[in-house]
Amino acid sequence: MIEALLTNLDTLLLALFAFCALVGATLTVLLRQPMRVALALISTMVFLGGIYGLLGVHFIAAFQVLIYVGAVMVFMVYVIMLLEVREATGPLYSKLLLPGVVGFVLLVGTIGVSVWRHLPAPAAARGDTAYGITKFSVSFLNEYWLHFELTSVLLVAAVVAALAVIKVSRRKASHG
Amino acid sequence: MDRTQLLLGLAIALFSLGLLGVIVRRNVLVMLMCMELMLNGVILSLVTFAQQTATTVGAVLVFLIFVVATAEIALAIPIVLLLVRDKHTLDLGAYNDLKG
Repeated sequence: MIEALLTNLDTLLLALFAFCALVGATLTVLLRQPMRVALALISTMVFLGGIYGLLGVHFIAAFQVLIYVGAVMVFMVYVIMLLEVREATGPLYSKLLLPGVVGFVLLVGTIGVSVWRHLPAPAAARGDTAYGITKFSVSFLNEYWLHFELTSVLLVAAVVAALAVIKVSRRKASHG
Repeated sequence: MDRTQLLLGLAIALFSLGLLGVIVRRNVLVMLMCMELMLNGVILSLVTFAQQTATTVGAVLVFLIFVVATAEIALAIPIVLLLVRDKHTLDLGAYNDLKG
């Protein structure tokens, strides 16, 4: 019993993490307070990081926790705390609730069925980490160096654009 | 149900839930977070397919998506801050005059 459990432990953990991530994602849509939504999203991301770790892609798990939880969501939590806009009243959902739910069901059904039917056979063995950090780094800096440089250009453009947005707001505030 | 199907199902569910949140929620910050949820679903599907085909291109794409998500948040948050400073609310219905 315990041996069978131990041999299937990674699959069991994977299913558990997937379930918890799904619960977190559902709570993200359902909860009202932005801070609780942020915490639900953070838990989803941490569970996804656990899934990546179980799949053997540890560097993506580290990216997930460091960049998404550590940078993006902390930024988001700071903004929620700084804004202090309390909106406990008013409807939670917009007028598009019914079309949105219908579209959600149709989307899940369509993609789910098509993925289910045409799933190719796996090339890698189970738990096989065919692309560890070494292989990733070598191919990243050899084959994809142009993309790497383009991302740095994109980041510079984003920083300049954020500064421009702040500058416009300051000018607006000084004129108004 | 094998592992790939489970993970792809989860990826589809995350993407669709994120899209649902973007459509039905009224709070701008919650909409932003739902967009992050959609990106997470895409990343999970990329990782699953990359592991299935044993190639590195999926991991490279995931890295690029991380960068794009960071840039997106760095730009979206100041815009949301400006909107909130202007309208004093996070409700999307108050921004109806932003029709160009």
